Amino acid sequence: MSTETTLDKTPPPPDVLPPVPLSRGSLPRGAAPGVLLAFVVVAAALWQLADANPAVCGIGAALGYSVVIYAWSRAVEGPRGAFDRLVTAIVSSAFVLALLPLVSVLTTVVDRGLERFDSEFFNNSMLGVVNEGGGASHAVTGTLIITGIAALMSVPIGMMTAIYLIEYGRGRLARYITFFVDVMTGIPSIVAGLFVYALFELFYGPGIRMGFMGSVALSVLMIPVVVRSTEEMLKLVPNELREASYALAVPKWRTILKVVLPTAIAGIATGVTLAIARVIGETAPLLITVGITRGDNFDPFNERMATLSVYSYTQYQNAPGFAREAFVDRAWAAALTLILIVMALNLVARLIARLFAPKTRS
Amino acid sequence: MAKRIEVKGLDIYYDKFLAVQGVTMTIEPRSVTALIGPSGCGKSTFLRTLNRMHELVPKARVEGKVLMDEQDLYGAGVDPVGVRRHIGMVFQRPNPFPTMSIYDNVAAGLKLNNKRIKKADLDALVERSLRSANLWEEVKDRLPKPGSGLSGGQQQRLCIARAIAVAPDVLLMDEPCSALDPISTQAIEDLITELKEQYTIVIVTHNMQQAQRVSDVTGFFNLKAIGEPGGLVEIDTTTKIFTNPANQSTEDYVSGRFG
Repeated sequence: MSTETTLDKTPPPPDVLPPVPLSRGSLPRGAAPGVLLAFVVVAAALWQLADANPAVCGIGAALGYSVVIYAWSRAVEGPRGAFDRLVTAIVSSAFVLALLPLVSVLTTVVDRGLERFDSEFFNNSMLGVVNEGGGASHAVTGTLIITGIAALMSVPIGMMTAIYLIEYGRGRLARYITFFVDVMTGIPSIVAGLFVYALFELFYGPGIRMGFMGSVALSVLMIPVVVRSTEEMLKLVPNELREASYALAVPKWRTILKVVLPTAIAGIATGVTLAIARVIGETAPLLITVGITRGDNFDPFNERMATLSVYSYTQYQNAPGFAREAFVDRAWAAALTLILIVMALNLVARLIARLFAPKTRS
Repeated sequence: MAKRIEVKGLDIYYDKFLAVQGVTMTIEPRSVTALIGPSGCGKSTFLRTLNRMHELVPKARVEGKVLMDEQDLYGAGVDPVGVRRHIGMVFQRPNPFPTMSIYDNVAAGLKLNNKRIKKADLDALVERSLRSANLWEEVKDRLPKPGSGLSGGQQQRLCIARAIAVAPDVLLMDEPCSALDPISTQAIEDLITELKEQYTIVIVTHNMQQAQRVSDVTGFFNLKAIGEPGGLVEIDTTTKIFTNPANQSTEDYVSGRFG
């Protein structure tokens, strides 16, 4: 029908896009920062002087800036420039909004934690302490022991699972494992704690508590994370390297051990360290399986142990009416210690990634 | 050292899909056999069946016989790893191991297999392999540096050195120059001509001048028709294939009238 007409004479291209002038007006330099500054100053003044809610002031400033810069830009720069400015404003506001709670948490913990972040805190347990003084040396060691055992159990299991899934797994079994690993990454930590308690109760009877149970509970949480991160790293190893190795008559297991793993080890080490950082602050499963002590117990197979997260919780929870400050300060100091450990682990992860990364240049 | 390969009625499958059908050819020792043909006709697939790399693809399989000095490579009880010890391979894209130094890359065939060998012997082997690959002069001062820091052409020659360090009987090359500039290509072609003295070489190439320059025998692969499996159309001395081929489609292909 219409094909004939188009064959006869091609219609001119439809005028969808209006002609665009090569130059256009633009806001004066410093216009955007100026408007932003004005709104920030107004918001700060409202907050400080009129005692308005700081959150409302901040959101108001962001909104006001977006509206004003959009209107001004639309008048001077045209609709496209205005839309660009608007989206830039929205994206930046979202970024600041996302960052606020993080910064707030960090400053609060540092601010309140520094109160008791002293040598006494790291050299004493709570043995014989009724109100002021005392420390968390037993909890720091306990956390390191329990998380360390958890890592020792989860890393080999997780890595080997990932190697199976990527290098060997085909068909139904591999699909099921992948599915359940995904499910396991989502289980609430309290469920892991209850599961381990129920398991050990079968053998040791009710009321059983020991550090090793906590390690098992953390492993349940950690293994799926290790599997996922190792899997992703192994997927990144180019198949060409495996083929190059096979072509040199290297058996499959040796190829995995000597070519695939060394190529991926930087990423795997980072993933493992982040998995450790993820579980080191778990509270709920440790509360159920490990409990808390006032003094030193560094035997993970015998009786309760102290951990930083549970220590922080119990200090806050059990703070008596008198000398309440001392307990709450200890809770914050324990929280700060935990954050510093996690931060150190993250730095270690970066260091490992840099040290092990395959080098292209010398 | 160099061995003869006889292929008899080889059908190559990817699961149920028949990719290459009915290949029968003899590859003579101490010669270069070039395989040419349009993309997707099964040259590389065929090449990978010669050292049992094809079966690394899930559900891939072959039917027929590949005999190396009368022994069937696909016979019962033949270990693919053992086959690859005799038949080495160089790939289209240079793939040195990124975690290893230049030295370790050349020694990879031994080191990865945990062969115990004296340091002096290993040094000698690495030097000999790099010299055969025309790379020694360029890298002798930076052997401990990472192999992935070399240029593309150097990396490919490093891969060839790695392949010949384990002293295979046959060397398979899958478009070894397709990612390289003319100068590196020249270097590798010279190398192929030298290696021919000791090895049986099979090379897949899209470059017909290259086939003419380096090979003694040329095989032309083609699809029988669109949707049909690929197969060997004819194989003969390179001179004959490029001047007076028996088959019309070969004539069309080598003269550029293929369409």
